[in-house]
Amino acid sequence: MDKKLIVSLSPHIHSGNTVKGAMYGVLIALIPALLTSLFFFGLGAFIVIVTAVLSCVLFEFLIQKFLLKQKTTICDGSAVLTGLLLAFNLPSNLPIWIIIIGSLVAIGIGKMSFGGLGNNIFNPALVGRVFLLISFPTAMTSWPLPGQWSSYLDATTGATPLALIAAGQEAGYSPMDMFFGSMNGSLGEVSAIALLLGFAYMLIRKIITWHIPVAIFVVAALMSLICGLNPIEQLFSGGLMLGAIFMATDYVSSPMNKRGMIIYGAFIGALTILIRKFGAYPEGMSFAILIMNAFTPLINTYVKPKRFGEVVKNG
Amino acid sequence: MLKTFFLGGIHPAENKLSAQKKVETLDLPKQVIIPLGQHIGAPAQAVVKKGDKVKAGTLIAQASGFVSANIHSSVSGTVAKVDVIADSAGNLKPAVVIDVEGDEWEEAIDRSADLKKEITLDSKAIVDKVKECGIVGLGGATFPTHIKLMPPPNTKAEVIIINAVECEPYLTSDHQLMLEKADEILVGVKILMKSVNVNKAIIGIENNKPDAIKLMTEKAKDYPEITIQPLKVKYPQGGEKQLIDACISRQVASGALPISTGAVVQNVGTAFAVYEAVQKNKPLFERVVTVTGKAVAKPSNFLARVGTPMSVLIEAAGGIPEDTGKIISGGPMMGKAMPTVNTVVVKGCSGILLMKDFESRRKEMTDCIRCSKCVNVCPMGLTPSYLMRVCELSMWDKAETDRVMDCIECGSCSFTCPANRTLLDYIRLGKGKVGGIIRARAASTATK
Repeated sequence: MDKKLIVSLSPHIHSGNTVKGAMYGVLIALIPALLTSLFFFGLGAFIVIVTAVLSCVLFEFLIQKFLLKQKTTICDGSAVLTGLLLAFNLPSNLPIWIIIIGSLVAIGIGKMSFGGLGNNIFNPALVGRVFLLISFPTAMTSWPLPGQWSSYLDATTGATPLALIAAGQEAGYSPMDMFFGSMNGSLGEVSAIALLLGFAYMLIRKIITWHIPVAIFVVAALMSLICGLNPIEQLFSGGLMLGAIFMATDYVSSPMNKRGMIIYGAFIGALTILIRKFGAYPEGMSFAILIMNAFTPLINTYVKPKRFGEVVKNG
Repeated sequence: MLKTFFLGGIHPAENKLSAQKKVETLDLPKQVIIPLGQHIGAPAQAVVKKGDKVKAGTLIAQASGFVSANIHSSVSGTVAKVDVIADSAGNLKPAVVIDVEGDEWEEAIDRSADLKKEITLDSKAIVDKVKECGIVGLGGATFPTHIKLMPPPNTKAEVIIINAVECEPYLTSDHQLMLEKADEILVGVKILMKSVNVNKAIIGIENNKPDAIKLMTEKAKDYPEITIQPLKVKYPQGGEKQLIDACISRQVASGALPISTGAVVQNVGTAFAVYEAVQKNKPLFERVVTVTGKAVAKPSNFLARVGTPMSVLIEAAGGIPEDTGKIISGGPMMGKAMPTVNTVVVKGCSGILLMKDFESRRKEMTDCIRCSKCVNVCPMGLTPSYLMRVCELSMWDKAETDRVMDCIECGSCSFTCPANRTLLDYIRLGKGKVGGIIRARAASTATK
C-alpha cells in the first residue's frame, strides 16, 4: 500500500454534534412561539420578525466580511437565532428603524465586539433589547392588544398584565388567557404553552438541561409568595417563560456545570421578582439575566462539577 | 434497573460488525517481530541471540525491574536478529525477530483441549506462575498482572471484578472469547480469586451481549461465588474506576489505587490467559484479535500469535480496502492510529480497525460555545473545555488544581464536542506536563 495513512490521537470517531445543529435545534424549538405570535399579532409580528432576523444576519455578515475580514459564519444559525429572540422581545408595533438599531447593537456590540459566537459575555439579543428599552422607553412599552391581524404601527395598545399589577390593579386576564397567550406583551413571550412545548423539545433533543429553567421557575414562584404576589400570574406573565427557557439557557453566557446552573437560575428568578416588585420597570427578566450573565465567569471559577470519587461511599 | 456508573458517559454507535464470528486460528507468518516492551513499565531484557533456536513458549526476554513482564517466543524457529525496530508509535524499541520453522511448542505446555478444573497451586505459586508466563492486562493497558495480584500492604482485596464490558465500539474479541471459552474463563476467575484469597467475584458484561450473559450465567451456576452482572450499555464502562463504581458502587478517590475499594479488576481475556498459564503451563504468546471496519470485506476474530504483522491479519480479513484512511490498533475511542501496516500484534492489541478516508479526518475546529456537553459527559467530573484552555495557555498550576491528572483519556469530551475542539489532545499534553511537575516536586522534597 503506497498511500500514506492518517495518524492522529484518539478518539477516532465523533458524535456528529455540530454548533449548527444546536442552533437550528433551538430555532425549531421556537417554532410554536413563532406561530402563536403570528396568530395573535398578525402583520405586525411578521414585519418585526423579518426585519430583526434579516438585519441581524446582514450586520453579522458585514462586520465579519469588512471589519474583521474573517470567514463569515452566518450559516451557523446563531445570527438568525439572535434576530428571532430579539424580535420575540419587542412589541409588534415597533417601527422598522428602531428594530434595525436594536439588531446592530445586539450583533455589533453584544456579539461581534467580543469576538463572535462563543466569546460574548452577555446574551446578544438581550443587549439589543435593553438598549432599545432604555433609549426608546415609550415605543418599547406600548403593547398592542392581541387579535389585530392586519395592523402594524396603527395597532391599538394597552397596558400589560405586569404593568397593571405594578400599578396595584388586577392583571385583567384569566390564567387560561395567560397560559395560551391571548394577552398583550412582547411578540414571543405571550404564549406559555408554546414556550413550554419548545422547552420539552429541547430537553428531548438534549439541547439544554432542565437545571436553569426549573431553578428560575421554582425560585421565582417562592419569591412571589414572599413578596405577596400571585406566583401563577408572575410565572405566566411578562418575559419570564421566554427568558427562563430561551434566553437564560443561552450556552455562551450561562454557567457550564449543573451546580452553577442552579445557582445562576435561582438568582435570576429572585432578581426578576424583586425588580418587578420594587424596581422602576414593571418587567425585570432581561435585567436579571444580564446581571447574572456578568456573574457567569465567577460562578464557573468557584463552582466546580461533581467530581468522581467526591462522594466516598467506601465501607 | 441495570447497573452502571453514575457520572457522565456517552453512547457511540456500536458497529460490532464481527460479532458472532467464530475465532479463526491464523496461519503462521513467515517471520515474527516480538517487541520487548509490550507492557507498562521497563522493557524486558533479551536472553536470546542471533542464531538461537527457539520453540513456541521459550523465554526470549526476562522482566527487568518491578513493573515489567517476561516475553516468550510465539513461534518455533531461529532468531534472525535482536535489534531496535520502529514500534506502533514510530519510536525505535528493542525487539526480537524470529524466522518461523514449523510449529513446535515447549514440551511443558499442555496442548490438549481438556478443561482442567482442579486448582492445585497455592496463592503464592499462582502469582509466580502468572509472572513467569508474562501475563499482562489484555484490555489494552497491559499492566503486568502479577503486580495486581500482590496488593500493597494496608490494603485488602475483597472482590475480583472481571471486565467483560467491551465498551469500545467495533471490538468483539472478548465477546467471542466468552462464547467459546466460558468454562476456561470461569476456572481462570477461580484461580484469580485463590491468588488474592477472596471468595467473591463479579463478571460485568454490557447488555448488548445477551448471548454471552446467558451462557456465562448458565455456566456460573456451578460457581455460587461468581456473579454475572449485566450492565447498561454506556461508554467508558470498561474503565477500571467506572467498572468498580458500576459493579459495587464504590468510588476510587482521586490519586488512590483501585485496590483501595477492595476490588481487583482483571480483563476477561486476562482471566483466560491466567487459566492457560496456571492449568496448561502456557505462556502468553497468542491472543484473540478483532479485525474490522465498515469497508473490510470479512470482519473477523482471529487467534493470532504475538509478533504477527498486522498486514497478515488484514489480508486474512479480505485485504485493505481501497479508500482506507486510518488503521487503528484497538478501538476507535482509545486505540492508536498506526503509521504503517507493518506494525505487529502485541499482547495488548484487542483489535485492528480500518477506517475509511472520510471517517478518518477531523472536522474543522471552531470557538468553544460553552455548551457544557463535555462537562456533562466527563465520567470523572472534570471541565474539559476549561482544562483545554489552560493547557493551551501553558497554565500548568491551574491545570493541576482543576484535576487534570484525574483524566482517564476516554475521549468522551472530544467525541461529543459540537465545535470539534481537540479537548483530549490538550488535556493529554497537560497531563504530561503536570505529571512532570509533580514528580520534580516530589524529587526536590525528597532531597531536602
